[in-house]
Amino acid sequence: MEIRLDQLTKVFTDKNGKETRAVDNLSITIPSGKLVGLLGPSGCGKSTTLYMIAGLLKPSGGKIYFGDDDVTRLAPEKRGIGLVFQNYALYPHMTVRQNIMFPLENLDIKRSEALGLVDEIAKLVNIFDQLDKKPAQLSGGQQQRVAIARALVKKPRVLLLDEPLSNLDARLRLQTREEIKRIQRETGITTIFVTHDQEEAMSISDQMVVLDFGVEQQMDAPQTMYNRPTNLFVAKFLGNPPINILNGSVKDGAILIGDGMKIGSTKAPNGDYVMGIRPEDFQFRPEGFEVDAADIEHIGRDTLIRFMMGDKSVRALVDSDSVLNHDTIRLSVKPGKIHLFDKVTGNVVL
Amino acid sequence: MKKARDRIRDFFWRIRNTVHLSAVRTDEFFHRHKLGFVTRWPHWLKAIFYMLPALTMLSIFTFYPIFNSFMISFYTGYNIQTGEFDNYTFLGNYATVIKHANFLQALRNTGIIVFISVPITILLGLMIAIALNAIKPLKGFYQTIFFLPYVTNTIAIGLVFAFMFSGNADTIQNPVGLGLANQIITWFGGNPIPWIASGATYWSAMSVILIYSVWNGLAFKIIVFLSGIQGIDKQYYQAAQIDGANRMRTFSRITVPLISPMIFYILITSVIGSFKTYSSVVAIIDATGVIPTGANGSINLKTIVFYIYDYIGLAALDGMMSLASAAAIILFGIILVFTVVQLQVGKRRVHY
Repeated sequence: MEIRLDQLTKVFTDKNGKETRAVDNLSITIPSGKLVGLLGPSGCGKSTTLYMIAGLLKPSGGKIYFGDDDVTRLAPEKRGIGLVFQNYALYPHMTVRQNIMFPLENLDIKRSEALGLVDEIAKLVNIFDQLDKKPAQLSGGQQQRVAIARALVKKPRVLLLDEPLSNLDARLRLQTREEIKRIQRETGITTIFVTHDQEEAMSISDQMVVLDFGVEQQMDAPQTMYNRPTNLFVAKFLGNPPINILNGSVKDGAILIGDGMKIGSTKAPNGDYVMGIRPEDFQFRPEGFEVDAADIEHIGRDTLIRFMMGDKSVRALVDSDSVLNHDTIRLSVKPGKIHLFDKVTGNVVL
Repeated sequence: MKKARDRIRDFFWRIRNTVHLSAVRTDEFFHRHKLGFVTRWPHWLKAIFYMLPALTMLSIFTFYPIFNSFMISFYTGYNIQTGEFDNYTFLGNYATVIKHANFLQALRNTGIIVFISVPITILLGLMIAIALNAIKPLKGFYQTIFFLPYVTNTIAIGLVFAFMFSGNADTIQNPVGLGLANQIITWFGGNPIPWIASGATYWSAMSVILIYSVWNGLAFKIIVFLSGIQGIDKQYYQAAQIDGANRMRTFSRITVPLISPMIFYILITSVIGSFKTYSSVVAIIDATGVIPTGANGSINLKTIVFYIYDYIGLAALDGMMSLASAAAIILFGIILVFTVVQLQVGKRRVHY
């Protein structure tokens, strides 16, 4: 089921009449059968968007389409969605089986049939042996899977996940990540999830949407977005350690910084730009510029070098082996890896 | 100049400081004089020490009377002035009480009040609590309205009820003598019903008592249920909505189970309370609990507690106190059985 948001807008008005545009003219199309992550910092409107798709919040403007159906005014239960809440919202007084069966209780369906569906979905999410326990007796990861099972048992057209991994510890997070991906693949259901964790979004989503202050910044496959950010915000938001931002200029195809040192070439027209260089796009090269390394950290496979470039502190992440046994460190930037952004708009140039 | 608020806060700061420091110094004092064992009393011993005043009062006014009435119920010919009695009887007083027509009537009256008013109040209380929870404008105002009966005197409310249901067929010539209920009936062209006046029937009088019991008990239940409902995480309702549950189903499958501890608490306390009904009958009927109906006799609306008081009133006669005690112990037994049964059912039905 393809989901299309058309100029979706949500304005919250507080007691003093002050308006906040949580989601601002968001127009995106989520392809059918894909796992799509909505990513952005806290308060960027990603959860609001998800709740509007679910129907729990009413949009202030714009439309939501599931395929060709306009569902903007439809009640949540009529949209055919499954939603997994951030804290799962499992009914504490029901057993796992009753929890998963609850959506079926409200349908015209035989009890034996419902029980069969519950077993089937419980096997899919690997909680078949936990069906008679209460949610409080389960671990966080198991509760998460029960919540997914409850959302999926009705065979919804769309699965929505609100911060699905934020309540899990680091180890479980890795496991659950794989699990969600597998369940999505096996069911082929269009899935949208919300997260503030870029690593999480990059690792599981087919497509990623980055939001800031309710405005779409970029929608792309994770790796494309990482390699080709369309603006400064996306460039800064993705990547750990974060991208280095420097002031520079272009003169006759040469990218210059500070006192006129050339660090790369481009086809961009002459002028001043904001430059972004990812730490791992530096490399150790004898012909590179010499750096006065203030700080060198060996972190296993990689070495983190902190140095000054002009008046900015810059981080470079290079192969540990390449820096061994060198007194002076000479670095260069990998060709084509300098991102140039317009000084005013922050949009990428070229 | 310092603000008044600051001065007040300074004052309380000093008090807290003084209290804390004196506690520390007392501790040091005990240690210096090798009296450390006092502060090293186990916690439970300290707890009992602090509870002693309350325990003393409870012993005098609760435990001893319970024990004593238990003893008195086994005496024959007990004289409350001299404390002398003729002999012991194992179940004699109990047998007398149980065979007594007045007691059986009291049992029936009490039973009707318990089994009709308690379920109705709980259901009504739940429904009103849910309605109140849904109201947004003037929320506090409506909550106050429904809580007011709780802080009003029971007898006063009862007297108001007695007025509202006053009047009979003869007073139609004089509308001032008609209570609100009968005025409404006459507006619709009906004949006034002698609810509790002479000419009343058992059920007309009983229904006034039931309406009163329901209404009188409502306020507290609404507050308890409302606080329970407000404590439920909104996400459960969002989840239920997405799961396609309608209002009825959300109520029965989400709201009720999640506030079941409150419902259970209210059930147990109101069953006990209803078994002890007394003042409402006094307020609505009168201190005799009987409505005379002319030549046909009378309507007896006495409850068990009424019956007990009647025999305490006769205590000057030898042996009457023993009957009152036996009736009291029977009431105690009935309440005990009901409570134990409820606790057993609650173990399986209530989700904490």
